Amino acid sequence: MKVDRDRAFWTIGTVIIVAYALTPVAWIASLSLKTGDTLTDGRFLPRSISFENYRSIFESGEFVRPLRNSIGIALIATFFAVLLATLAAYAIARLRFPGKKLILTGALAIAMFPPISIIGPLFNMWRSLNLYDTWPGLVIPYMTFTLPLAIWTLSAFFREIPWELEQAAQVDGATPFQAFRRVIVPLAAPGVFTAAILVFFFAWNDFLFAISLTSTDSSRTVPAALAFFSGNSQFEQPTGSIAAAAVIVTIPIVILVLIFQRRIVAGLTAGAVKG
Amino acid sequence: MTDVAAPPPTAIRRAPRAHTERAREERKLGWYLCAPAVAVMLLVTAYPLVYAVWLSLQRYDLRVPGDQAFVGLRNFVTVLTSELWWRDFLATTVITVLSVGLELVLGMGLALFMHRAVFGRRTVRTSILIPYGIITVVAAFAWQFAFTPDLGFVNTWLNTDRAWLTERSTSYLVITLTEVWKTTPFMSLLLLAGLAIVPEELQEAAKVDGATAWQRFTKVTLPTMKGAVLVALLFRTLDAFRIFDTVFVQTRGANDTETVSMLGYNQLINRVNLGVGSAVSVLLFLTVVLIAILFVKGFKADLGQVRGER
Repeated sequence: MKVDRDRAFWTIGTVIIVAYALTPVAWIASLSLKTGDTLTDGRFLPRSISFENYRSIFESGEFVRPLRNSIGIALIATFFAVLLATLAAYAIARLRFPGKKLILTGALAIAMFPPISIIGPLFNMWRSLNLYDTWPGLVIPYMTFTLPLAIWTLSAFFREIPWELEQAAQVDGATPFQAFRRVIVPLAAPGVFTAAILVFFFAWNDFLFAISLTSTDSSRTVPAALAFFSGNSQFEQPTGSIAAAAVIVTIPIVILVLIFQRRIVAGLTAGAVKG
Repeated sequence: MTDVAAPPPTAIRRAPRAHTERAREERKLGWYLCAPAVAVMLLVTAYPLVYAVWLSLQRYDLRVPGDQAFVGLRNFVTVLTSELWWRDFLATTVITVLSVGLELVLGMGLALFMHRAVFGRRTVRTSILIPYGIITVVAAFAWQFAFTPDLGFVNTWLNTDRAWLTERSTSYLVITLTEVWKTTPFMSLLLLAGLAIVPEELQEAAKVDGATAWQRFTKVTLPTMKGAVLVALLFRTLDAFRIFDTVFVQTRGANDTETVSMLGYNQLINRVNLGVGSAVSVLLFLTVVLIAILFVKGFKADLGQVRGER
């Protein structure tokens, strides 16, 4: 009896939480599948399913170019942020040198401060350096603002790695490079991957830098483009197009979350609990 | 060190030098490895920040070319005596307090659920990561559409024809709801990590002593994880105070919902008034620093208290 009641309690709880988390996502997906004339029927689910909105956004450069920008900029920023953070985190976790604490504290301070406070200077600097409205113009702030998170996550992770294994492998006859490749890389890869996902989320999500430091489709990312979507004609509300574009850019997030949920949680809490 | 047996003389001569040389090498390598990251952070955040302070002391409006001059604190006077700044400051504070407060309660519930869940933990954790990971602009649109008359399901379900985003209080409601939906998962994961450090024996002991579930939560769990709660609150408060995306998408600042970050953006990017805009950014930065200091002070006081009690 008691077991049954317990089971019911946890099941209902789970259902409520899942509904809470997914309702807005389901709603925007449902909107994107509605046809032009049933869009405003106010129903949660579409009466019939149509892919009209998807076809139209993929036919217009208004979405395809920003999508390309988003993917390119987010991947490049992720690569550089993780590369620099890995070097720094390795040093912080393994080597003894003064200034370590200062770097960690400084990084934390950067992670906390409002991006708007450097928008003006960046806007002005980028115009004179010809970085305004270019890919590097967004890659640079993204990798900088995600460096602190990446350094914290990675150094927490690297501290847990049993580095003696590397020496053990060398004693067993492996060359230093083999020891590094066969022993250290597999151990460090999950942490590096976690940091990469968190950095990617940030770059993929950003809106403020994207609307402040770009002016055309040559570097505007999807979040910025969404806010300025104009639809097929002046008189048509672009709701359907926005919904379809929203679903497309949510797909990578859902895939990453489904595959790597455990690592994302570990990465998010690693820095916070120890800090 | 005196009672340690003296090492052979040769080792005495060599050991210190080898030691310092190795230490020096290690120090050098450490600095080299950190240099790129530190250089980037200094160039792209510290330098612009100093530049922002400099700009905030200038009369510098890009619409009036050639008219740039040092004006001291005049831009700050302009901002601090304007009604707009205080209205936006109030709006930002209201949204921050409402959303962080709600998130703390909901996030704690969610964390306790995940902590105690017998099954379904994985499902819950995966699904709450979706709001965390979703693009803020997308979340803002989803909620905006849901509350738009003749489009959204909210009015259909509640059977009204209310225009939520055209009134002040209901605009705040929709904005807060969006923020809470999107960021409660993050809060709950931080709290969950805090719950993990509460020793199970303490709970059991309190249970044996006849404490109710609520008493156990308020007298045992909460005090033990106070640090985690404060860290979660600090992270989220600082984050909430710079709110921009949601309000920009949903109201563009109409109905007195404009936030301080939006004021800065409007001055800097739309009006290209770099002087006044930078003054707004510097003030926002100072506010955030002040909030952080207050939290850290509270944090220290609490830690002291806990230690004192023990």
